[in-house]
Amino acid sequence: MSGAAPERYLLRLFIAGPSPRSHRTMENLRRICSTHLQDRFDLEVVDIYQQQALAEASQVVAAPTLLKLSPPPVRRIVGDLSDETRVLHGLGLPVLPPGPADER
Amino acid sequence: MLTKAPTGIAGFDDVTQGGLPAGRPSLVCGGAGCGKTLFAVTFLVNGATQFSEPGVFMSFEERAEDLAANVASLGYDLDGLVAQGKLTIDHVRVERSEIEEAGEYDLEGLFVRLAYAVDSIKAKRVVLDTVETLFSGLSDAAILRSELRRLFGWLKERGLTAIITGERGEGQLTRQGLEEYVSDCVVLLDNRVEDQITTRRLRVVKYRGSAHGSNEYPFLIDDAGISVLPVTSADLDYAVSSAVVSTGIEGLDAMFGPGGFYQGSSILISGVSGTGKTTIGSSFIDAACRRGERCLSFVFEESGAQICRNVRSVGLDLARHVESGLLRFEAARPSLFGLEMHLARMQRDIDAFKPGLVLIDPVSALRGPVNELQATLLRMVDMLKSRGITALFTSLRTDGTFDQVGDLGLSSLMDAWVKLLDVDANGERTRTLYVIKARGMSHSNQVREFLMSSAGIRLVDAYVGPAGVLTGTARVVQEAQEEADALRRRQDSERRRREVVRRRQSIERQIADLRASLDMAEEEESLLLSHEETRDSLLSGGRDAIAARRSAAE
Repeated sequence: MSGAAPERYLLRLFIAGPSPRSHRTMENLRRICSTHLQDRFDLEVVDIYQQQALAEASQVVAAPTLLKLSPPPVRRIVGDLSDETRVLHGLGLPVLPPGPADER
Repeated sequence: MLTKAPTGIAGFDDVTQGGLPAGRPSLVCGGAGCGKTLFAVTFLVNGATQFSEPGVFMSFEERAEDLAANVASLGYDLDGLVAQGKLTIDHVRVERSEIEEAGEYDLEGLFVRLAYAVDSIKAKRVVLDTVETLFSGLSDAAILRSELRRLFGWLKERGLTAIITGERGEGQLTRQGLEEYVSDCVVLLDNRVEDQITTRRLRVVKYRGSAHGSNEYPFLIDDAGISVLPVTSADLDYAVSSAVVSTGIEGLDAMFGPGGFYQGSSILISGVSGTGKTTIGSSFIDAACRRGERCLSFVFEESGAQICRNVRSVGLDLARHVESGLLRFEAARPSLFGLEMHLARMQRDIDAFKPGLVLIDPVSALRGPVNELQATLLRMVDMLKSRGITALFTSLRTDGTFDQVGDLGLSSLMDAWVKLLDVDANGERTRTLYVIKARGMSHSNQVREFLMSSAGIRLVDAYVGPAGVLTGTARVVQEAQEEADALRRRQDSERRRREVVRRRQSIERQIADLRASLDMAEEEESLLLSHEETRDSLLSGGRDAIAARRSAAE
C-alpha cells in the first residue's frame, strides 16, 4: 500500500468562512499532509459562503468537510481534523505507530 | 392574530382554520409509509401553484429524481415547477460509511445550502424531509441537536413556513424528540390497520396560538392528491325544504300525503335480499335525473354498469343519465376502506359532485363495531341533511325482528322508512311493501303488493280481509271468489225480489177475487132485496086484492 507507485491525492476542503475553526482545520490538514503525503497531494480550499453551488453539488452538510476525491473511493472527513488517526483512516493512509513521525 | 399559510390540502386548512403557521416551522410526524413526504410535497406544490409561494424541498432520504417520479402519479410535475423556478429540490445525502468524523464540526454546510436554495428562487416555504436521517449519518448527537435547534430558529428568523418531517419514535412523537424544538404546530399522521383494513388518519396534536380541530381525521391519498376529510358533525340546525320529490313510482307516491318524499329527507328502504331494493332505488334515481337533479350512487355490492343493465329489465334507462353526466356511480367493496374512510370518501365525492340525491346501496354492507357503525351512519345522515341532499339508504338487515344490531339504529335517524316484504304463501312469493314511517306527512298504512315488469314498477292494492293479507295468486283467487259471491248475492236478492213481487201479485189476485165475490154477494143481496120487495109488494098487492075481493064479496 505505502511503497510502489505513489498515487496523487486530490483533496478539497470546505470551510465556513475565516473562522478560528477554519484556521485550525487548515493547520491540522497541512500538518497531516506534509507528514504523510509530502508532495503527492493537491488541495483546494473552498469557502462554502462563497461557493454555495459547489457546496451543494459536493453534498456538503457539515463544516468543515474534507473531501477526498481521488484516489477512489471518495471519502469525506468532517470536523476540524484534530483527530489525526481518524483523518488518516479516512484518507486510507496507514496509521503510523507513535514515534518520530508523531509531531505532537 | 396568527397568520397562516394555506396548504391547499382539502380539509386540512379547515381543520386548522387556515393552514400551517406562516413563517414558522411545523412538525409532521408519523410512521413509515403514512404519507409524510406526500403531505410535505403537496404543501410545496400547492404553495407554488396556488399561492405563488415558491418552495424548497430538502430531501434527506429520496433523490430528486425518485421524488419526482413518486409524486408524478398524483399529477404533480415537480420537474416542471423546478424549471419554472417555483421549486428547488436539494437531496442531502449523508452516508455514514463515507464519513469519518475527526474533530469538531457544525452543520453550516446545510445552512449554506438551504440559504442558497431559498435565495435562488425567493422561497417562502421549506420542507425538510426527514431531517432525523442526519442522526444515522453523523454520530455526534449533541452537535446535531444543537444545530437542529439553530436551524429551526434560523427558519423562523427568515420567516419561512416550513414542514419538518419526523419518523414516529418509541414513546414520543419523533425518534429524536424533535417536537421539543418545533413547538408551534405538530401534526401526527397515522396509518392504522384494523381488521385488515387500513385507514390513514391525521391529528393536529398541537397548534400554538390557534384553535384547531382536535379529532383524528381520516385522510385519503389517491390520484386526486391528498385530502383530509374532516367529517364535521353538523348541528341540528340545517334548513329544511318542504318541496316534495317523486319516487318515480306512481302508486308509491300516492301512499304519501303530499305525493312523495320531502326533498332533503333521509329515506330507508329495507328488505331482505331479492325484495327489489335496488330496483326501487333506481326508480328514485331515474325520477331525480328526469327532473334534472344530479345523483350520486354509492354501490357496495354491484358495479354501476351491472345495475344499469339489470334495471333495464324494468324499463329504467340509467345508462342514459350516466352518459349525460347527471348520474355517477361510485362502486367500492365495503372492505376496501374502514368506516371512517368510506364516510370521508363519500363526503369528498359529494362535495365535488354536488348531487341532489344520494343513494347508498346497501348501507348494511358497511361493517364495523356497532357503536362505531352507528356513529358513522349518524354523521353520514347529518352530513347529507346539512347539504339538503335527499338520501336513500337501502338496508338488508331488517328481516322481521328489529334487534339493535340488525337495523343499525338507522330507523330512528330516518325520516321515512319503506319496508319491502316478500310474502310466501301457497307456493309462491309476492313482493309487498308498506310504509313504516314518514315524518311530517300522512301516509297510507296499507300493505301494497308491487309488480315489477318491463313496464316498470306498479303497485296494486293487496287484499286485506278477515283471512289476512292476500297477495299474488291468492289475491286473484280471493278476488274471483268475492266476485262469485257477489254474483250469487245479486242473484239471491233478485230471486227474493221476484218472489215478493209474485207474492204481492198473488195477494192482489186474492184481493181481486175477494172483491169480486164481495161484488157478487152485494149483487145477490141487492137482487134478493129487490125480489123481496117485489114479493112484498106483490104480497101486499095480493092482500089488497084479496081484501078488496073479500070486501066485495062481503
